[in-house]
Amino acid sequence: MKTVVLMKQVGNKDAVLRINKEGTWIEEGDLSYEVNESDGYALEEALRLKEKHGGEVVVCSMGPQRVKSVIKDALARGADRAIHVVGDDLARLSPFAAAKVLSEAIRSEQFDLVLTGLQSDDNGYAQTGVILAELLGLPHATIVIEVDASGEGLRVKRELENGWYQWYTMPRPCLLTIQSGISQIRYATLKGIMAAKKKEIREVAPAEAATASTSHQRITKIYFPQKSKQTQYLGDGNARAGAAELAERLRTEARII
Amino acid sequence: MSAVVEEKKLIVGGSFLIEERRPEEVFTPEDFTEEQRMIAETARQFVDNEVQPRVPELENHDWELSRELLRKAGELGLIGAKISEEYGGLGLDQVSNALIGENISRSASFAVTYGAQVSIGSLPIVYFGTEEAKRKYLPRIASGELVTAYALTEAGSGSDALAAKATARLSEDGTHYILNGEKMWISNAGFADMFVVFAKVDGDKFSGFIVENGPGVSTGQEEHKMGIKGSSTRALILTDVRTPVENLLGEVGKGAKIAFNILNMGRLGLGTSCLGGMKLMLHHAVRYANERHQFGKPISSFGAIKKKLAEMAIRTWVGETMIYRTVGMVETATSDVENSDAKLQAIEEYAAECSLIKVALSEDCDYVADEMVQIYGGYGYSADYPAERAYRDSRINRIFEGTNEINRMLIPGTLMKRAMKGKLALLPAAQALMDEVMSPQLGGFDEEDEILAAEQKLAQNAKKIALMTLGTAAQKYMMNLAEQQEILLNVADTIIDAYAMESAILRTRKIAQAQGEDAAARYTDMTRVFCNDAIQRIEAHAKDALAAMVEGDELRTLLAALRRFTKHTPMNTVVARGRIADVLINANRYAY
Repeated sequence: MKTVVLMKQVGNKDAVLRINKEGTWIEEGDLSYEVNESDGYALEEALRLKEKHGGEVVVCSMGPQRVKSVIKDALARGADRAIHVVGDDLARLSPFAAAKVLSEAIRSEQFDLVLTGLQSDDNGYAQTGVILAELLGLPHATIVIEVDASGEGLRVKRELENGWYQWYTMPRPCLLTIQSGISQIRYATLKGIMAAKKKEIREVAPAEAATASTSHQRITKIYFPQKSKQTQYLGDGNARAGAAELAERLRTEARII
Repeated sequence: MSAVVEEKKLIVGGSFLIEERRPEEVFTPEDFTEEQRMIAETARQFVDNEVQPRVPELENHDWELSRELLRKAGELGLIGAKISEEYGGLGLDQVSNALIGENISRSASFAVTYGAQVSIGSLPIVYFGTEEAKRKYLPRIASGELVTAYALTEAGSGSDALAAKATARLSEDGTHYILNGEKMWISNAGFADMFVVFAKVDGDKFSGFIVENGPGVSTGQEEHKMGIKGSSTRALILTDVRTPVENLLGEVGKGAKIAFNILNMGRLGLGTSCLGGMKLMLHHAVRYANERHQFGKPISSFGAIKKKLAEMAIRTWVGETMIYRTVGMVETATSDVENSDAKLQAIEEYAAECSLIKVALSEDCDYVADEMVQIYGGYGYSADYPAERAYRDSRINRIFEGTNEINRMLIPGTLMKRAMKGKLALLPAAQALMDEVMSPQLGGFDEEDEILAAEQKLAQNAKKIALMTLGTAAQKYMMNLAEQQEILLNVADTIIDAYAMESAILRTRKIAQAQGEDAAARYTDMTRVFCNDAIQRIEAHAKDALAAMVEGDELRTLLAALRRFTKHTPMNTVVARGRIADVLINANRYAY
């Protein structure tokens, strides 16, 4: 089974964010970077499927040269080779444009399965994977927490709301977006790190037609959540009525009891 | 000499005191390769995910857990990095190994367990073991399956290690050594499968042995220690323990060479370990200072706290700079050397550097721990917060691996010994300096464009001061110099600061050359503040030493030279420290 895993590099979760002068993005100079959390689980799932069923794991990431650290880390953990779509401002693409670029980069790979994280930790659109599936003409399933490839199709378990799950059978090839926290991610062993030096990283330029479609959507302003405080007095001086109303509001508005 | 050996430029150990280096000659953390960074990251993740959450269990002496963690570390390749591939390890370079050690030390307790395993407990076998011993033990040490320990110290012989009373005698059939004695403060003793033990054959031939845990081997109660409580420390008692002759390390009577060479490496490793602790403490301290509000503001906005954070960062960064400069020299000296003896010689070359790093980093680590407690205030004194444990854990570093007093005396001691053997041209340099002192030239005002020109002058002068005090001491005390401990301690402090100043200047210049002066500005700040303060410490130390050694005209002449050497315009350290602190505060972490 040949699996392509799409991985994004995002700013470190612990970073102190500052908004840039134009007010359109965060100040990137201060940031250190890490792999998007759910993409790490997608890679782990791909590596586990490879261990069970054989095949190849190809990682694809896009962005400037710093993205190489995500790619090399994935190779050290066990991916076989990588495709790096090189470009400086690809992180700002709309989900559609990003999906377009990625679809062109991996289209020629004869894959059985494409895995992505369910959303990115920076923009959080949760759309790129789904749009990519459409562009590649693939069926997709989102928020996947388990993949069973022992049969002909793929049996996948999806997370629904309220503790409900759904088993689904998918044809191959297909695209799955993977939920975080579904497994224990392996470490890059020292042997793996040394072996990664010899693995192929193919650099490609983003397809022109793909980057031309960046104008579908753009960020005009970002800002920190505005904090405000409102005080309401319940019960109009009557403690009993106030308590009853508080209980009611906690149940219906705050939904914590 | 082969062509390969000729090509690489070996730096003579101790030569920093009498020679000038260029930035491109020193190794700095900016030179780490991608793989080295990844290896460091694996070690960091392992400790943060697997070890840190379980430190309370380790502190309750769950030694099964210690073994399990060593096995996991072994699976990742973190234990076998120093062992060659032939014996089941990875045979990685010194820099990778230092980075692993630094990151493992984010947990002080586990770092001790780990250090006993990968360094003092296994390197004697790597360097001195027989072929049989290497094949038998090293692969299983590398995998973490076998746990090892190092047993040198005894109740009556600590710093004076060669006064050990443990004995070994050859069995009548010549197949075994029979060991008797009692060793103290043995890390990993509570769960080790084997020990590297030092004992005297025929009453006087100090020798090293591998001893498996078995009949005749027992351990005492766990010591109730101040810190590193999650590591096992016990006495080791040997009663007629038989170990096969293949388990002799090196030769009979050559144990001192093993013990002291292993300690040299251990000292560099200990400095690296302190560095890992310091970075983590500073990380916690910055976050706490940003979170904790008083008078309606985060306490990190107050000058009193900024000064602390900045100084913690300066010492951490300068310490890191000294360590990797030295690791780089050791790597260059050992990289193509196959033969164990040659490898050891290469490491012995830098014994003085290893000692000064041990002293500097262990004291900086205590400083950082102390200020961390202070920044946490009342919470710093509570065991529910990380500062309390860090403070207790840090203190041992000034004691083990040779006390800081022993190591301080070793610094000038080693340099003098090398000078006597003709390996280091210390004496001509000292003579030239004395001529300069006696007939001072009014130096012209050098206009230098390069950054840190004034600091470089100070660093050069710091070396001169070290030579002047050491030279004066050598002249006055001659063969009795080793007994003048107070003077030697003073000289050592000057040498440490001189190495630190020069290392910081070289690293900053290297950064400026590669990334431009703007990018180097934050490092320039740290280097300038450090040099500004160091020259004042040096002046005080030198005054003390000179006044104790000479008097009258001679003293006046030397003090006049000292004044010339320490002359500088004080910088505005308040503003510079403020900028350094702001880098940390804005990044909310140790961002250097």
